[in-house]
Amino acid sequence: MNTYPARENWRRIKNQIAVIIIILLALIPTLPLFFILANIIHEGLRSINLDFFLHLPAPPGETGGGISNALVGTFIIVGIAVIIGVPISILAGIYLSEYGKDSKLAEIIRISADVLQGVPSIVIGIVAYAWVVRPMGHFSAFSGSVALALMMIPVVVRTTEEVLRLVPDILREASLALGVPYWRTVMKVVLPTGMVGVTTGILIAVARIAGETAPLLFTAFGNQFMTLNPMEPMNALPLVIFNYATSPYEDWWRQAWATAVVLTFMVLLLNILSRILAKRIAGEK
Amino acid sequence: MSLERLPIIFRTEDLCAYYEDFMAIKHINIKIPQKQVTALMGPSGCGKTTFIRCLNRLHELTPGARITGSIYLRDQNILQLDPIVVRRRVGMVFQRPNPFPTMTIYENVLAGYKLLGIRLPRNEADEIAEWALRKAALWEEVKDILHRRGTFLSGGQQQRLCIARALAVKPEVLLMDEPTSALDPKSSLQIENLIVELKETVTIVIVTHNMPQAGRISDFTAFFYLGELVEFGPTAELFTNPKDPRTEEYLTGKFS
Repeated sequence: MNTYPARENWRRIKNQIAVIIIILLALIPTLPLFFILANIIHEGLRSINLDFFLHLPAPPGETGGGISNALVGTFIIVGIAVIIGVPISILAGIYLSEYGKDSKLAEIIRISADVLQGVPSIVIGIVAYAWVVRPMGHFSAFSGSVALALMMIPVVVRTTEEVLRLVPDILREASLALGVPYWRTVMKVVLPTGMVGVTTGILIAVARIAGETAPLLFTAFGNQFMTLNPMEPMNALPLVIFNYATSPYEDWWRQAWATAVVLTFMVLLLNILSRILAKRIAGEK
Repeated sequence: MSLERLPIIFRTEDLCAYYEDFMAIKHINIKIPQKQVTALMGPSGCGKTTFIRCLNRLHELTPGARITGSIYLRDQNILQLDPIVVRRRVGMVFQRPNPFPTMTIYENVLAGYKLLGIRLPRNEADEIAEWALRKAALWEEVKDILHRRGTFLSGGQQQRLCIARALAVKPEVLLMDEPTSALDPKSSLQIENLIVELKETVTIVIVTHNMPQAGRISDFTAFFYLGELVEFGPTAELFTNPKDPRTEEYLTGKFS
């Protein structure tokens, strides 16, 4: 028999109050995201229509125009960054997980990757300027891709290493016991088994670099016109936001907000996609 | 059945294996007869798994591991051969089933070709896959689902898939490292029956913890203790009339 019903009830109430407080506190980190989304949608959604995606920027002072060149530019610049960065990163990740392991060289590579990841993006931009823009003599999409590749490499290297380390040794042994050489085992068994995880890492890295502005300021530079030539200056979504938001034209401010919506949702989508992939890995285990 | 009259497939001379400075097996001299089932028995840490991993040169993959002495496969010292060639001739089945998770059942069986980049004509590939799966007593269960992932199968089926995968490259010897220890009794029994049938095709060397199992399936038994080969002979003889007191103590359960 419960002889102290009042005290029992009070305990239950206290417990529920604590749970409610914890849930409220846990919601706080999600609030900024919702405010940001609400804010940019409120400011930018009005300017988004089909023309916005299909048209080139209008000259200063004229209303209308779109960001077609920046959309295409972002895809090209990020695409080339992926082409440069991913093979290097995967090979480095394979080295760390399958060959270097605890060796000194591997340790140096790991530390370098971690430090490179911490280098401010504006510094990466300056370095790409010195290495690519100056020798070439002009701004180019390619130099922007180099800067972004430098930013994605450490992320992909470390995720590749971690994912490949998770591939069970018994799979390596199964392959080796069939007379398959080690490097073929790595390429045909270990890498495919970890591929979903590696892809997740690449998507996370792409989501990170797609919104980077600083490395592009003095590399890709921006361009009011459409160009598909990576050796020319090229527009990109973050550059549009930066240039339009700092311009004196009200119509451009609106377009900066609209571009922010597009960019944010692209990045959001990439993040959700990588989450789904990551879930698939967890499900396979 | 006496050892002297049978053709010998594996012969070791003064075989020692080390992990760093630790000597895991000591001066092993053994002759393993062809197309028979040889069981390696002994308490945990006695070196039986190390020994079997020397026979396909997997031992030396462990950092710090090395081998001295010689191992003759027929008349070639495998320590002087390319490990890759050795492993094509000496297949292995592991303690835990380890089908490749990215491959279908069909691809798993043919992994020994696929992973090496050997392209087989379609009908030959089909033939080998069916032959290996029939040998592994798995064909009837999987013939309609060959293109599903190997990891969808039950543990026992996965282990038989791994046996089929090892058989598909037509090895001369099949090493089995406690192949039933991760399986339920029914699946274990299936694998035991399979082993007895397989010795017509291939020489089998099996590590087992399970004494009754060794008694049921093996023709010869080697008893390892503290890295030494204590006794080796026909299973019936070793079980009923052990010559070494340590073998007798182990068989009677004085230690395990």
